[in-house]
Amino acid sequence: MTAVRELVCIMCPASCTLRVNVNGGGLRVEGNRCPRGVEYARQEVVKPLRRVMSVVKARNGDLPTLSVITRDPVPKECIWLVMEKLASLEVEAPVEIGGVILRDVCGTDIVATRRVRRAATSV
Amino acid sequence: MRLLDYDVLVIGGGPAGIAAAVKASELGLKTLLVENRERLGGIPLQCIHPGFGLHYFHEDLTGGEFVERLIGRLERAGVEYLVRAYVSGIKYNSRLEKVADVITRSGVMRVRARAIIYAAGARERHLFEIGVYGDRPDGVYTAGEAQTLMDLYGVLPGREVVIVGSGDVGLIMARRFALEKAVVRAVVEILPYPGGLMRNVQQCLRDFNIPLLLGHTVLRVVGRRRVEKVVVARVDESLKPVPGSEFEIPCDTVIVAAGLRPYIEPLLAMGVEVDESTRGPVVNELLETSVPGVFAAGNALLINDLVDYAVEQGELAAEGARVFIENKGVTGGRWVRVEKGRNIRLVVPHYVSGERSVVFYARVQKPESDVFFEVPEAGFRLFNYGVRPPEMIRAFIREDKMRALAGRGSITVRVVPR
Amino acid sequence: MSRLRVLVVGAGVVGASLARVLSRYENFEVTLVEKEPDVGWGVSKANTSIIHPCHEEDPSQHPLRARLCLEGNRAWRRWVRELDIPSTWPGEIIVYTTPEEEREALKYVKLAEANGVEGVRAIDKNELKTLEPSVSPEAVGGVYAPTAGLISPFEAVVAIVENAVDNGVRLLVETEVLDVKTRGGRVVGVETNRGFLEADLVVNAAGLQADSISHKAGVERDFYITPRKGQYVLFDEDVPVKPGKILHTTPTPKTKGLYAIVTVHGNLMLGPTAEDLPRDAREDFSTTAEGVDSILREARRLLREVPGRDRIIRVFAGLRPEPPGGAWLIKAYQEPWGFVNAAGIRSPGLTAAPAIAEYILSLISREYDVKLVEKKGWRPFRRGITRIKGRSMEEVDELVRSNPDYGEVVCYCKMVSKAEVLEAIERMRKIGVKTITLDGLKFRTYVGFGKCQGSFCRPRIAGIVSEAVGVPLKDVVVKKAAYGVGDVKSLWRGGV
Repeated sequence: MTAVRELVCIMCPASCTLRVNVNGGGLRVEGNRCPRGVEYARQEVVKPLRRVMSVVKARNGDLPTLSVITRDPVPKECIWLVMEKLASLEVEAPVEIGGVILRDVCGTDIVATRRVRRAATSV
Repeated sequence: MRLLDYDVLVIGGGPAGIAAAVKASELGLKTLLVENRERLGGIPLQCIHPGFGLHYFHEDLTGGEFVERLIGRLERAGVEYLVRAYVSGIKYNSRLEKVADVITRSGVMRVRARAIIYAAGARERHLFEIGVYGDRPDGVYTAGEAQTLMDLYGVLPGREVVIVGSGDVGLIMARRFALEKAVVRAVVEILPYPGGLMRNVQQCLRDFNIPLLLGHTVLRVVGRRRVEKVVVARVDESLKPVPGSEFEIPCDTVIVAAGLRPYIEPLLAMGVEVDESTRGPVVNELLETSVPGVFAAGNALLINDLVDYAVEQGELAAEGARVFIENKGVTGGRWVRVEKGRNIRLVVPHYVSGERSVVFYARVQKPESDVFFEVPEAGFRLFNYGVRPPEMIRAFIREDKMRALAGRGSITVRVVPR
Repeated sequence: MSRLRVLVVGAGVVGASLARVLSRYENFEVTLVEKEPDVGWGVSKANTSIIHPCHEEDPSQHPLRARLCLEGNRAWRRWVRELDIPSTWPGEIIVYTTPEEEREALKYVKLAEANGVEGVRAIDKNELKTLEPSVSPEAVGGVYAPTAGLISPFEAVVAIVENAVDNGVRLLVETEVLDVKTRGGRVVGVETNRGFLEADLVVNAAGLQADSISHKAGVERDFYITPRKGQYVLFDEDVPVKPGKILHTTPTPKTKGLYAIVTVHGNLMLGPTAEDLPRDAREDFSTTAEGVDSILREARRLLREVPGRDRIIRVFAGLRPEPPGGAWLIKAYQEPWGFVNAAGIRSPGLTAAPAIAEYILSLISREYDVKLVEKKGWRPFRRGITRIKGRSMEEVDELVRSNPDYGEVVCYCKMVSKAEVLEAIERMRKIGVKTITLDGLKFRTYVGFGKCQGSFCRPRIAGIVSEAVGVPLKDVVVKKAAYGVGDVKSLWRGGV
């Protein structure tokens, strides 16, 4: 039995429309402009993953927030768990890009994506 | 009042401006970069989602990470820059002398420059421009404004949101609101197709079950002190509301994501020629406007979907400034007009010389699949699986192909079916 | 001398002008009461901004309106100088496009004579084209009235109130009059949402609510105000065709017609429509597609080129307080003693405001037997906020050196510096405004009035307010509601 799913590839802004044939044991992908599309389609059909981004409160920084992201994509169902863990998190400035803010959430770390310098006076 | 001399004055410290300043400096030009806000970085500072730098750094960075890299380069290159600095007007004294008055917290500086690179970005369209009437309650924000509030200042603009327009900024904000547990009742789009990248429709709307109402328009906003609801209607093929199709969507927040417009007031004051389709300046292949030695790059030139293109334009403009200064002008020879052919809504540059390679940036009128983007006179064609208006086409044409054009009055850029 | 405690209800242009006029005399202790968070937020904020020449007033029908209009036109010339209110005096042309309109328009030449309005004359198509090159080709002639002017109405109210407060008037904002109290046939005060305020005289200048205030005092029970909506369309400064003079279509008995003006800030403005609303629709400031359509259509009879819809930067609506038969109700009562009405002040209310104030003063003096004693040291002058826009760079440089906040431009569309915003906040506090709103700042400094309509600068301006006033950014009030509903994580934490 064949089922065709249409997906938009999100690997890059080309946003190819992929046609995925799920055929019993196998998977055939059409419409991709690069190999990443095949990888993405496979992943998306079997176990969709997403990177999750948000902000957390930064104390004593030159900005009141620090932007963060999951280093690797996490399973779609995990999005809300990540957000929940971020809900009450506060960090102290300074923070460098790449700094680990929270370890091992849904199999990856949550890292800083902004440089927050210590403020001259407390914010 | 201090009087300072530079080869190049770069106006705007976002990605295009920073890249232009770095490049100009690397090319040996004495450069000053001025930025109005308190820090460099421009819009990407508030973009916490990835998608930046895939072409330029070959990495998938967030906006903040992307600009941090650029700023790092700027600082390592020792380029002079000012923040909290406002250019109050540019005067064209002569071909190699433009004067800009820069207002800063320590006084007014009169800056004399041989070339100017204008990279001050774009502004967002607001509710009145898109013909949404009704009450004018609080609770209406443009998408960029909402993004600034949430992702720089940690403020939640509202709890129940309707987004007007499905441009990328709107789609990104739909996801942001959803992630912070606000209810996004709908994204309302007047055209029959989304205004942003398909990947954003997937990741921002479909992932969160946010309804995308294509072919609909917001007629009016209702609310006394704060937004209480919007009235939406379906539209017909000529985009007019269909009588009797109105319905209400309760909400406390309206986000206007109706697109960007290049912010070019200082250029208009100098009398630059404007392209009605880009709403930005008419430029040649080195991004020089109709005012000699005044260049434009980034969203001030045309609205870009990728920051990588804004950066490329900044660097191109810097190269243009170098050529201009060295030769007291850009190119001898005659300029060849670039005409818009089949299914091309806009294309930059507007003039080419045939003496050097060119990067074309274009957008189509209508979505089409399996097409060639081509410049037949240059013998250039680029295959594309699918072109859509929200997705800019970028095409690099080598110098040898461009040389075939010299002597022509005009060339045509077009999209044709395979 | 025992001073009379005067309570003026409504800090619109009439109430504010009266407060200023009364403040000139030792006899009065004046309190100006306003239900909104700031002054001039009612009728005064949304109108055509014109100081009319008054040749359209019929002295046989409305003698008071005609007389006070003309006196007001003259008085404003002094007031704008004393109070540093932006104004222009371009003159006005009633444009006609048909023979019937011509007949109507020529009537105003006669009315001008009857009213003593100087310089009004009929002009033919050629002279019209010379006087006003932007005029529509449909126009076949006009009636020119050189004494018309334009002011910035909200700035005017702010300026008048600042001067009044400087001269001893007390302003109470966010204070709504709920009832007028009398005892033994005399006014004793008003009941408000903030408690009882004692007063010897109560002047009702409550605009759209004036009928209800009058009824509370027990007078004029048959007097009702009909809210008449007028929508306006505002364009940016860079539209291709802008009239040098005020242009308007020939007035009909119902409306003063459509105007095309260039505001004192340089924006092309078209309007108003004239839509009578149900009596209780006092808060319907909604704009409509039909209203905008009708304005753009009508405007073609005035201008040779009307900008496209996408050049619109703002659409807004004002409500005019139409009294029955168009007659202003300005009266000082003996029963109850001390109650004064200044109600139904429709057009030419803005023009007549300074004269209405003097007139009410004379009514008070006569009806309540007050022998006026001028205050020594009354200060007629008020300077506006120091702006960097429009100054030479040398001047700006000097200003910056005296205060670096002048060097930080926070609104690029209108070139407004941080110092101006801070000064506006200070002035708001000084007159007694309790809640610093972004709207209040917009009216005083123009931040958010430009092309971007605040989309770019609002967070920055709100940040300045947050810091200056000491409230969190999310709690800064835009107009009537807070900028944000909570912290970005407030829905996650459940404590909104």
